[in-house]
Amino acid sequence: MTDDFIISDAGTGALLLDVAAGAFDEGRQARLLALADSLAGTVGIDDVVPGMNNLMVAFDPLAVDVDEMERRLADGWRSAAAVGRPGRQHEIAVVYGGPDLGDVAAAVGLSIDEVVERHAGAVYRVAAIGAMPGFPYLSGLDPALSMPRRAVPRQGVPKGAVIVGGGQAGIMPITAPSGWHSLGHTDFDLFDPDRDAPATLAPGDVVRFIIAGVER
Amino acid sequence: MIEILSSGALNSVQDRGRRGLLSSGVSRSGAMDLPALAAANALIGNDRDAAAIEVAAFPFRLRFDADTTVAVTGAAAEARLAGRRLPPWWAIEARAGDELTIDPPTVGARVYVAVGGGVDMPLLLGARATDLKSGYGGHEGRGLRRGDRLPLGRRPSGKLPNGGIGAPPPPGRDDADRPLRVLPAAEWSDFSGEVRQLFATVDWRVTAEADRQGCRLDGPDLVRERRRELLSHGIVPGTVQVPPSGRPIVQLAEANTCGGYPKIATVIDADLWRLGQAVPGDAVRFAVVSRDDGLAALRAAADWLAGLRRAAALYRVS
Repeated sequence: MTDDFIISDAGTGALLLDVAAGAFDEGRQARLLALADSLAGTVGIDDVVPGMNNLMVAFDPLAVDVDEMERRLADGWRSAAAVGRPGRQHEIAVVYGGPDLGDVAAAVGLSIDEVVERHAGAVYRVAAIGAMPGFPYLSGLDPALSMPRRAVPRQGVPKGAVIVGGGQAGIMPITAPSGWHSLGHTDFDLFDPDRDAPATLAPGDVVRFIIAGVER
Repeated sequence: MIEILSSGALNSVQDRGRRGLLSSGVSRSGAMDLPALAAANALIGNDRDAAAIEVAAFPFRLRFDADTTVAVTGAAAEARLAGRRLPPWWAIEARAGDELTIDPPTVGARVYVAVGGGVDMPLLLGARATDLKSGYGGHEGRGLRRGDRLPLGRRPSGKLPNGGIGAPPPPGRDDADRPLRVLPAAEWSDFSGEVRQLFATVDWRVTAEADRQGCRLDGPDLVRERRRELLSHGIVPGTVQVPPSGRPIVQLAEANTCGGYPKIATVIDADLWRLGQAVPGDAVRFAVVSRDDGLAALRAAADWLAGLRRAAALYRVS
């Protein structure tokens, strides 16, 4: 049997375990999160970073043997069970609207109301946190709302923008450039640097969007 | 206290950066030239986690409110304390009222100014580093301005001899032509042998798009033979991404914690400081090395620093 994963070097102090087999897979993600939990707190490991069907581990290479870490990741993946994190539940109120909403509706061939209902009708799971402080990569987007990201990212997409890009959904934690499309806005706070755990959401959490209004 | 008399928004309080929060989307941040920061702290007996000032906008001027020790390392730039010129990579006793002036570098981009006890900012997410991109940490989450007053930590006991002490250049510091050593990364084999060869032989040019987040390079297009969509994944400083344009970007201290572009290679930690000291127009080359080479280089840097710390301690008199 061939291995269903690849481990590559990410410089001298990190390894990337990639278990993706085409499109994002929830079962594999649950196994990865279980592996991440089992690695957290290991002496010498600085960071355990779940991505979308991948996991990066960063460590002090003068304190941790790289070959040993590679074996640990491989064995850990093979034996990881999709136990699933309990995950907290979040309801996030969204005022739908803004300049992209109509464009998205036109691009996917739905009415604005249908776009809003499909976006708010889905149950999302936080697959990973990253890129920006506290930014959640949400899986579970209705495939009918899937549309390619912009070729050129737009500057200054505002904090609180509720966005979709490719098959993923997310929320902007800070005002920053993004190639994703905005469907609305929320006041939900995703990041507070004064907290020990600064990100509000965590991988495994469940998110539902509530329609607080639709502006046209 | 120290008072900033002249500064630019790119000058910031930096330490070794943040660890353990990449999974919350928190970038490492910290000094762009970590060996220079470490040497400055070592020369004056500071804790290795002490924060210093990363100077990237010149001229830079500050005044000491009280007697303390100061070390200046990093880029080759003329530095004067109370009008007296300091040799490169130097530490010296400063008197209350003394002014420190740093002129634009002749070689390199960033100068580090460490003071006895370190710049004493509250710890935020485990560090004192400023994250300029996200606007937190350091001094009010921003670059330093004229009139800012920065508190100092408790200075280590003992004083430096009259005239001060210096550090010899760290390993590789005097050889500007040496290539940046890299390890192949996840998508290395998506590029043809020819493109990989090109990557590792041509002179790349540092563009004006170079900041604490990353550095875009100009040169031939690196065309990926095997095109496939990548899912978002964790990245570290040093990651050499190849976006669809074909021109590589090297991620640096304030790199986003996740990315989606193919990664051809990663600059080894021991060589990352070179990009922290690169200015637009500089030529850089890459050389592919092994895991063992990367580790040996890191070990050599750690040994050099430990030696400097021991030697500097011998000079301190109480």
